[in-house]
Amino acid sequence: MSVGVVMLVHTAFGRAEQVVRHWSAAGCPVVIHVDKNVSRKAFGAFRQSLANVPDVSFSKRYRCEWGTWGIVAATQTASEQMLASFPDVRHVYLASGSCLPLRPVQELVDYLADRPKTDFIESATTADVPWTVGGLDAERFTLRFPFSWKRQRVLFDCYVALQRRLRVNRRVPGGLLPHMGSQWWCLTRQTLSAILQDPARAEYDRYFRRVWIPDESYFQTLVRQYAIKIESRSLTLSKFDFQGKPHIFYDDHLQLLRRSDCFVARKIWPHAHRLYDAFLTDPSGAMKKSEPNPGKIDRIFAKAVQRRTRGRAGLYMQSRFPREDWENEVTAAPYSMFQGFAELFENFEPWLAKATGARVHGHLFAPEQAYFAEDQTVMNGALSNSATLRDYNPHGFLTSLIWNTRGERQCFQFGPRDNQAINWRIATDPNAQISVISGAWAVPLFRSNANFLDLRKAAAQLQRTESEHLDVLRSTWIKARVRIWTMADFIEAPMEPLQTILDEIGPTAQHRLSEVPRMVDLNGFGQFLQNLKNQGMHPYLMGDFPVEQGDAVVDRDRPRKPYLVR
Amino acid sequence: MGVLGSYRMRLARKRLRIRARRKSFELKQITDRTAQVRTDDILLFSTQRNEKVRLPYFLEYYRDMGVSHFFIVDNDSTDGSADYLADQPDVSLWRTKSSYKNARYGVDWLNYLQSKYAHGHWCVVVDPDEFLLYPFCDTRPLRALTDWLDSCSIRAFSAMLLDMYPKGRLEDQQYQPGQNPIDIACWFDSGNYTMSRNPLYGNLWIQGGPRSRVFFPKEPTRAPALNKVPLVKWNRRYAYVNSTHMLLPRGLNLVYDQRGGEKASGILLHAKFLDTFADKASEEIERQQHYAGSYEYRAYAQGLTEDTELWCKWSEKYINWRQLEILGLMSKGNWA
Repeated sequence: MSVGVVMLVHTAFGRAEQVVRHWSAAGCPVVIHVDKNVSRKAFGAFRQSLANVPDVSFSKRYRCEWGTWGIVAATQTASEQMLASFPDVRHVYLASGSCLPLRPVQELVDYLADRPKTDFIESATTADVPWTVGGLDAERFTLRFPFSWKRQRVLFDCYVALQRRLRVNRRVPGGLLPHMGSQWWCLTRQTLSAILQDPARAEYDRYFRRVWIPDESYFQTLVRQYAIKIESRSLTLSKFDFQGKPHIFYDDHLQLLRRSDCFVARKIWPHAHRLYDAFLTDPSGAMKKSEPNPGKIDRIFAKAVQRRTRGRAGLYMQSRFPREDWENEVTAAPYSMFQGFAELFENFEPWLAKATGARVHGHLFAPEQAYFAEDQTVMNGALSNSATLRDYNPHGFLTSLIWNTRGERQCFQFGPRDNQAINWRIATDPNAQISVISGAWAVPLFRSNANFLDLRKAAAQLQRTESEHLDVLRSTWIKARVRIWTMADFIEAPMEPLQTILDEIGPTAQHRLSEVPRMVDLNGFGQFLQNLKNQGMHPYLMGDFPVEQGDAVVDRDRPRKPYLVR
Repeated sequence: MGVLGSYRMRLARKRLRIRARRKSFELKQITDRTAQVRTDDILLFSTQRNEKVRLPYFLEYYRDMGVSHFFIVDNDSTDGSADYLADQPDVSLWRTKSSYKNARYGVDWLNYLQSKYAHGHWCVVVDPDEFLLYPFCDTRPLRALTDWLDSCSIRAFSAMLLDMYPKGRLEDQQYQPGQNPIDIACWFDSGNYTMSRNPLYGNLWIQGGPRSRVFFPKEPTRAPALNKVPLVKWNRRYAYVNSTHMLLPRGLNLVYDQRGGEKASGILLHAKFLDTFADKASEEIERQQHYAGSYEYRAYAQGLTEDTELWCKWSEKYINWRQLEILGLMSKGNWA
C-alpha cells in the first residue's frame, strides 16, 4: 500500500480507534502517537483495543502542548517509524484523532498515486498572509518562546516584551526562509526522508525548538528545501476561527461535508454520531471523483468569523453592545430627518411618502408621544408610541426603529419642540440624512391663535433650542449628510433642494417631481416677525423677511405655490 | 475600577456565599440522588412553588436537551408537585417553608446547592416557566454547546428572557400538563428592548418587551430586567447576585462584545402568561414574596382585570431559533 497515516491522538480514543480501523481496513498502515499527558491506563486501554488490527503501531510518546515543540518531535518520530517499518509507503498523511475521512480511502490512494512526486502542504511566507492571530507573525521566528502560552501567560508575555526591548533578533539557520501553513500535510517519502535525514537537522531542530507554534512552520519551511513539486494546500479540510482555533463539525454539517469532496475533515465533534456513521460505515461510492471543493464550507465559516468580529451593523442586543464609536455603523440602514418641512408645507408627509415610497413618520420625538406613520400606536417590532418609554432611552428607540424596519427607508420630522437628546447621535451617524429649514418653527406660532406674550416666550425658547442644534450640525465631528437652509432662502426656490433630497433618498424617485407639496400661506409672516422684534425678541434663524404689508390683499384666496425647476 | 473596588466586589461575593450557607439551614433534603451525578454531567438548578402543571413538560424539555440531573428546591408547595418531583429518577429535591423573599427570591438557596454540588459542571439555572434556546438547538445537544464553550475558554453563556404571550385573553386557552406552553403562548415582541451597561457589575441591563409596553408605560425604570446568564461552568467560588441577571466575579457578566462583534447567545422563552397566571398573580399579591413588593404582579393584575391584551399588530409569531437569530434577539456568534 502506498499511503501511510501518522496519527496524533490526545483525546476521544473511541473515535480515534474507529478511524484507525477505517484506515487499516483500506490497507493503510497507521503509526499512532499518543500524547504523554494521557494517563497510562487510558493509553493501555487504547493500545489494547487496537491490538488485533494489522499494521498499526505506536510511536514514542512526547508531551504535546499547543504551540510547543512536542508536537513536531512526535511527528518526526512517528514519521521515521513509518518510513522505516513500511518501505512500500510512498506518501505519508499526517492526521489527528479527530480527523474523519470523508471519501473512500481508495480514492485518496488513487489520487496520490496519480501524483507520485507531489507534496501537499500549505506553505506561505509570513509577510504575504494575514493568518496569524495575536500579533506575533514575523516575530515568532525572531524571538524565543520557552514558556507555555496556555499555562504561563504572564511569563510568556513578559519574556516577549523583554526581548522586544532588547531587540532580540534570532538568525534563521542555513538561510532558510520561514514559511507557515496548516499543520496537516501529506508528504512523499523522498521529501519527508530528506527533511528527517538532513545533516543539518540538529541545527534546525535547535532553532525551531524555540519558535512559536513550530508545528505550523517546521515542515512548512523545510519542505521548500527539498520538494520537487509542492501543492500549497492541505488535503485536510480544516477551518480556523478568529482566535486560531479549528472550527468543529457537527451532525448538521453532513450534507455540507458530503458536497465538499474533500478527502479528510477536521475537527469532528466526538459525539457527532451521524457523521461518523455516515462516513465510516457507508461505502459511499456515490461521491463523485472530483477535486476537493470546500467553497461552501469556507463561506459559512468566513461568515461566522465576520459575525464574531464585525457583527451586524446597527444591532444592539444581549451579546452585542458596542462602546460608542466602536459600533461599525450606528444604525442599520440610511434614514432621513426633516426639520421645518412639515411646518412649511401643509401636506408634506403624504407628499413625501408618495414621492419616495418611504415610510414617513411625523415628529417621532414629540413631547406628547411618538407620531408614527399612519397614526399607528405601535410600530414594527412592537415599538410603543409612549413618550415615557421612548425618552427612557431615546438612542435605543431610534436604533430599534431603524433595525426593525430594515429594507424600508424611514423618514421622520424633527423640530426644536422635540426631545433633543438624540442630536449628537444622529449628527454623527453616517446613515442619517438631515435637512433643516431653520426658523420654520415660527410658522405654527404665526398661524396659532395664542396670546402674543405666550408666542413670544415660545419663540424665544424654540429659537434657542434650534440654534443649539444647528451648532451641533455645524461642528467638525459630523458624519451625517447635513443640509441647512434659512427659511427665507428656502422659499425663494423650494423645489431645487427638495429634488436634491429626493434624488439622494433613492431610486424610487427617479422621475422629476411632478406634484409639489402645498406651502402654507405666509402672508403677514413678515409682519409677525417684525412684531416679535418690536417686543425685543429678534428671530434670526429664518433669514431676512421683508415686512411686505399691502400685497397680501391681491392673492389672499390663492395661496402661493412653489414653482417647479425644469 | 481600581484595586479597592475589586476588593469590595470580592467582599460582596464572600458575603453572598456566607449568606447562602446561612440560608442553607432552611433547606430540608427530601430525596438525594446526587450520587448519580458523573463528572461531566450538565446539571439544572431551579426553585418552584405550585408549578405541578408545568413540571412534566419542563423536565422533559431539559432531559431531551441533555441535562442529566435536576436540583430543585420546593418552596412549600401545596399542589402535590413535591411528591411528583420526588418520584422522578433524576431529581434531587429539597424543601423549605421559609420566605422566598428573605432568601433573595431563591438565589441564596441555589447558590448554596451549586457551591456544594456543581463545582466543575456546566449548570443551567432556570425557573419552571423558562425554556432555553441556543444556536442550533434543534440539531445539536446542549453538550455540543458546552464543549464548544469549553474549547473557547468561555465560562458563561447569556440568554435573554423573551416574554411569550397568547393572542387574546389568557383564560381563553387552558394549559394541559405535558403540553408545550409555547404552543399557546407563541407571540413575542421582537424589537422594543432597551439596554444599558451596569457600571458596577459590568452586565447589561435589558428591559422592554410586552411587560414594559403594557404594564409599565408610565414607569419604565421599574420594568423587569430581561438580561440573564443561565448557563455557567460553575466554580464553587461563584455566586449569582440577583436572580440569574448577574454574577460575581464580574468577568462572568461580560457575555457581550463591546467592539462591534457578536458573541454567541441564546434565549429563554418565558412562558409566564398562560391561563394559570391570574391565580398566580392574586396569590403572589397576598404573599408579597416577589420582587419590589410584588409590584409586577399588582401591575399585571390591574392590567389583566381591565382585559388588557398583550398581543398587538406587530407581535411576532414564534417559529424557531433561526427566526430569533435573524431578528437580532440572539446570535450564533462564531459558532457555525
